[in-house]
Amino acid sequence: MLRVEDLWVRFPKRGGGVVEAVRGISFSVGRERVGIVGESGSGKSLTGRSILRLVRPPGESVARRIEFEGTELQTLSEREMRQVRGEKISMVMQDPKFSLNPVMTVGDQIMESYRLHTDAPKGEARARMIEMLEAVQIRAPERVARLYPHEVSGGMGQRIMIAMMLAPDPALLIADEPTSALDVTVQMSVLQIMDRLVRERGMGLIFISHDLNLVATFCDRVLIMYGGRIVETCPADALHEAKHPYTRALLNSLPRLDQPAHRLEVMKRDPAWLEEPSVDAFA
Amino acid sequence: MSEATSERESWRAWLTTDVPRSRRQARLAQAYLGWTVFRSNPLALLGFLIIVGLLLMAAAAPWIATHDPVAQDLAERLSPPGQNGFLLGSDDLGRDIYSRIVYGSKVTLLIVTLVAVTAPVIGLLVGTAAGYMGGWVDLVLMRITDIFLAFPRLVLALAFVAALGAGIENAILAITLTAWPPYARIARAETLTIRKADYIAAIQLQGAGALRIITGHIWPLCISSIIIRMTLDMAGVILTAAGLGFLGLGAQPPLPEWGAMISAGRRYILDQWWVATMPGMTIFIVSLGFNLLGDGLRDVLDPKRASR
Repeated sequence: MLRVEDLWVRFPKRGGGVVEAVRGISFSVGRERVGIVGESGSGKSLTGRSILRLVRPPGESVARRIEFEGTELQTLSEREMRQVRGEKISMVMQDPKFSLNPVMTVGDQIMESYRLHTDAPKGEARARMIEMLEAVQIRAPERVARLYPHEVSGGMGQRIMIAMMLAPDPALLIADEPTSALDVTVQMSVLQIMDRLVRERGMGLIFISHDLNLVATFCDRVLIMYGGRIVETCPADALHEAKHPYTRALLNSLPRLDQPAHRLEVMKRDPAWLEEPSVDAFA
Repeated sequence: MSEATSERESWRAWLTTDVPRSRRQARLAQAYLGWTVFRSNPLALLGFLIIVGLLLMAAAAPWIATHDPVAQDLAERLSPPGQNGFLLGSDDLGRDIYSRIVYGSKVTLLIVTLVAVTAPVIGLLVGTAAGYMGGWVDLVLMRITDIFLAFPRLVLALAFVAALGAGIENAILAITLTAWPPYARIARAETLTIRKADYIAAIQLQGAGALRIITGHIWPLCISSIIIRMTLDMAGVILTAAGLGFLGLGAQPPLPEWGAMISAGRRYILDQWWVATMPGMTIFIVSLGFNLLGDGLRDVLDPKRASR
């Protein structure tokens, strides 16, 4: 469905020169759930943003190919790109506190996201909005629709965000650390809701996270990024047999109930990892 | 007596409760809270009363005026205040100054309202477009704004009226054209802080275009600072309108306009002081009222206000 080849994201440095945040990665996503894992600054969020062409200037992203359902996204005009955003590819962002407009009611925002792509009359959009709120398990959707973002809790906000992003029925959802800003207790319920919706609609999902275990439980396939490259790709259920030293180090830095260790390993980074070629992660 | 007091007490209790039982009650309580903050500022309250008085005066003009504002009585011209039934005296054509001031409040309110609904809108349009688009759009729009700001307000308004022709409509147009640049500045500054917010990115990645983002998502966030600026700007608008009237470029006779009335009384200022002084006092009081009200409103509406 989505095929990315040789993607680079570069930022100019103040005194000349460039920082390469993503360095030539290639991967593809079908109707499956793909997890992208890596530490801070490994380029995972930028990968998500550059698919939607929303890397903020002065940063720029170039790729040999970013193909979605047979169309090359890089050559589309801004107007055509707006047709793709939301309607075909959608994105859930990290913190619902900042990603919902503070002066619009929740209901209006969901309705707007739906009406951007359909010429649905207001009544129909309203029905759809209520239906979406119910789908993300919000009780009393009629009442919640009239609330402003500051009146809802974090978990509720993120569920609203998911409702908003799924309202136009996109084919691919990019979730950029959707639960990092949430309490551990609500993380699971939000993820389950997202998982169920994605499965029911047969959508593709790119799940960006730094939490290996979370990704392993929720995804079919995992890409591990380091320093702007994909260092390893493996099926989620075989994650514990990963071979790359970086993945091994990530796994070993987590405490495990079944293998109690007296002291967790400190990760040693090998500069040679930065020089290795990126692994092609085609399904 | 005691029954009335207890009823008032229960209303107060209902409004100030910590556990509102309905959304309506919560909203009313919030409004009541704002009102108490406003009321605790005696100057703001004074301004509020002056403006309410002005509104009432304009609305009830036909009933509270003692004379026809344009009826002349040359036999009794320049009567001092209190004589011959002229409450505030009469002018050089024997017209009742009090009645003319009362009817003049309509003209002033017309000018103020029309400017208040047009200038901020132009400013908002220009400022948010400049702030959101950035680049050369920003450059061009803000330099145009700078050009407007470079001239003293009255001088620019004079130039516009001179070009368009004297008259109250053109005066309003000219004042609007000189009043928008500060709003554009404020709107642009607000937009720059909002532009990179995550919720703007969120609506962008839903596929919203620039126009929709500006009108639907950025405008509502700029409104509060624009409103404050507007109330503080009213006095300036009144003064500019009076200035144009004084110079004979605003409202044309016999329309009762305060600035034009001062201008007519200028010739008699030493011997018949009331002809120029009365409308002058009115302008002073009303501008003061708008300024005090604006100050008080800013304290109430500012969401970042420190709770005292």
